Amino acid sequence: MSGPSDYQPSHPVLKWIERRLPILGFMHGSFVAYPTPRNLNYWWTFGAILSLMLGLQILTGIILAMHYTPEATMAFRSVESIVRDVNYGWLLRNMHAAGASMFFFAVYVHMLRGLYYGSYKEPREVLWILGVIIYLLMMATGFMGYVLPWGQMSFWGATVITNLFSAIPLVGDSIVTLLWGGYSVGNPTLNRFFSLHYLLPFVIAGVVVLHVWALHVVGQNNPAGVEPKTEKDTVAFTPYATIKDMFGVSCFLLLFAWFIFYMPNYLGDADNYIPANPAQTPAHIVPEWYYLPFYAILRSIPNKLAGVIAMFSSIIVLAFLPWLDTSKVRSTKYRPLAKQFFWIFVVVAVLLGYLGAQPPEGIYVIAGRILTVCYFAYFLVVLPLLGKIERTKPLPNSIADDVLAKAGSKAMVSTVLALIVAGGLLVGGVDRARAAESDTPPANKWSFAGPFGKFDRGSLQRGLKVYKEVCSNCHALSYIAFRNLGDPGGPGYSTAQVASLASEYKIKDGPNDKGEMFERPGRPADYFPSPFPNEQAARVVNGGAAPPDLSLITKARSYERGFPWFIFDLFTQYQEQGPDYVAAILQGFEDNPPADAKIPDGAYYNKYFPGHAIKMPKPLSDGQVTFDDGSPATVAQYAKDVTTFLMWAAEPHMEARKQLGFQVFFFLIIFAGLMYFTKKKVWADAH
Amino acid sequence: MKRLSAAAGDRGRRQSFPVRCFSSVHGAVLRLQHEKGYGIVTIASSADHPTRRDFLFVATGAAAAVGGLATLWPFVSQMNPDASTIAAGAPIEVDLTPVAEGQDIKVFWRGKPIYISHRTKKQIDEAQKTPLADLKDPATDESRVKSGHEQWLVVIGICTHLGCIPIAHEGNYDGFFCPCHGSQYDSSGRIRQGPAPANLPVPPYQFVSDSKIQIG
Repeated sequence: MSGPSDYQPSHPVLKWIERRLPILGFMHGSFVAYPTPRNLNYWWTFGAILSLMLGLQILTGIILAMHYTPEATMAFRSVESIVRDVNYGWLLRNMHAAGASMFFFAVYVHMLRGLYYGSYKEPREVLWILGVIIYLLMMATGFMGYVLPWGQMSFWGATVITNLFSAIPLVGDSIVTLLWGGYSVGNPTLNRFFSLHYLLPFVIAGVVVLHVWALHVVGQNNPAGVEPKTEKDTVAFTPYATIKDMFGVSCFLLLFAWFIFYMPNYLGDADNYIPANPAQTPAHIVPEWYYLPFYAILRSIPNKLAGVIAMFSSIIVLAFLPWLDTSKVRSTKYRPLAKQFFWIFVVVAVLLGYLGAQPPEGIYVIAGRILTVCYFAYFLVVLPLLGKIERTKPLPNSIADDVLAKAGSKAMVSTVLALIVAGGLLVGGVDRARAAESDTPPANKWSFAGPFGKFDRGSLQRGLKVYKEVCSNCHALSYIAFRNLGDPGGPGYSTAQVASLASEYKIKDGPNDKGEMFERPGRPADYFPSPFPNEQAARVVNGGAAPPDLSLITKARSYERGFPWFIFDLFTQYQEQGPDYVAAILQGFEDNPPADAKIPDGAYYNKYFPGHAIKMPKPLSDGQVTFDDGSPATVAQYAKDVTTFLMWAAEPHMEARKQLGFQVFFFLIIFAGLMYFTKKKVWADAH
Repeated sequence: MKRLSAAAGDRGRRQSFPVRCFSSVHGAVLRLQHEKGYGIVTIASSADHPTRRDFLFVATGAAAAVGGLATLWPFVSQMNPDASTIAAGAPIEVDLTPVAEGQDIKVFWRGKPIYISHRTKKQIDEAQKTPLADLKDPATDESRVKSGHEQWLVVIGICTHLGCIPIAHEGNYDGFFCPCHGSQYDSSGRIRQGPAPANLPVPPYQFVSDSKIQIG
């Protein structure tokens, strides 16, 4: 089942173990001496990358589970407390969230490699089907994982996806009730999703073991699609493939680190920073980017059951690929016509992904239907036919011949670039879902923007003053404790100042020994108190609209950037949509609204609020707050300072994140360079 | 990723790259390669002295080790108490006025029960007059209370044997009695009898006024 190994340990203890459980010989045969085709290119490193990502997700996930509370009233806050209070909690959370996206990115590259080089063909059909099973398990795991933070998108995504099962005739509704554990998505649903989300990765690990076993029985495919014939065709797995995989991993880690440290929210949805509200559906429900193509297919079919069947079929069809593709030639390298259709398929998949993030209106619907047909046609029409009618190029005699006749890898670089742009289109397209119902907020220069951004301490302190004197009358800041005001990377107050500030507040405590609640002066460990005892009280005083808690407001708001800006943003690190929006709202009130704006009673015109009718009256006027440092007492200054303060409130550890990011990048670049030269040295005699 | 370090004695076959024999001068290098557990079987070079290739391998291996350890640290550190737990463990103030002579109260600080006893004259005398030779864990009563406030005993109510909470005003020494395994403490919280090895610990505290203490 593994490569030939004549491994004999010399150490007596190892010999003792080996005789009873030959695990060392097994490992040696499978991962050291195992013969690997010598012409594998870098698309083959993604198997190792995926193994690493699975291990990393399990490790970070288990650690997050040490701090997470899977209960509907506490889940969101427990995630925030991980990010704010747990040592390196922000790092672990970012690793796990970005890790899920990286896991799917790697699996798509891995699958496309399989598609292109015919790795699903005889005798690798079971290997391929095991892979499809792993993919399905990954999708289930990712879906349930996204529900756990219990944000708006978590809750409503869970509602939409579980409701899919109601399409099943006769038993559909009973199945949905069974999944929910109630009459709607709620606490029972969250609890069981947590249990299953913890379980499934280990099921995935088990299927991965089968997957690698199946691989080792038949051996790896290779870019020529020609099986190894002699010893000259292969090299030992260690050190050749091991080192090459490690180099691939180090490059992948650079991409991973980019998202962890510099663009942690680019791949997510701002709405998930709003706690789940069963009474209000977000304007645009969008799944995470890796589900978008299937979401587009689901929405393309006007019939509910047919749409569900089409969506699941679009994944299941992959399992039939070994039998759908009739070509006798394995690798698309030698199938010029198939190669063109392959790239058309990739473009179709990416475009479907883009459409999945758009509102299902107008041209998007038509395009979605056409592309759904194209998607299925590739598997059900093109591949079966092509194998029968195409003319293929001559295959090399052996792998060794293929290596000697190597013709430049320029194609690789350009496809990588194309994939990056396509990926950026797909991922950034999620932002596009917010239709342009309002003016685009003007871009401001923020001191915290960019890879070396820092909070301006003075601005933070002025912003706190604005919050205390103006905003706190209606808006809570319940995720910020007084002690946070003295933490590094924040407004920078001393311990004494923090204690003094805290003691100015009256905090409800109790019950005391008599059973009564009482008030006491605040302590550093206390959180900013809310102006209202509950949401209903907040609504009554504010015309039916509850003023939102401001702790996360700059991360919970965004606006669509449009094509091609969202691709550039990925490289320029622009991620200040939230702060720009908040600052714009504060300054966007106009005394003389445009004549055609219909503002209902009790609402006010705001240039930047979607729909233009906001329930909040203009909060800021010139001269309202005076600053000790002499900064101008203008609305623009207040808006800038309070937004900076709120950005800190939303992410107190931003400076630490960027600092550590720089160190990590520095290390990874050096390490990738070292790995590159090591790989070249090790492979020097194999070429 | 399952990677096995090739055992020291392993001689790779097929592609014939024998394990590099390091001279004693480079024993440190050999140890480094094995500690990392990388099964990198190096390719022999024709030179006896370390080549650029060796330097590269060592540098890469060292970088990987450093990177690995640095990455490991946050995973370990996250298990330490987080900021909110540390904040909740801040010092507390306790008002002593409701505690009459002969009474005691129990407060919690950092999750631990703390006995605050208003000792009687008899208890104070007994505690001060105990010869040190009688004590398993010798300590004078003066060292366990604040001078000028000898009537107040503040101890952590966790038995130093295996962690049960001893009962106050019980036992032969007018102190504490632990029901789990029978340890007995005196009116100064010192172990007198039973399996416990040490006296009840005194938490850090100070008198902010005659009737108020701050614990922690």
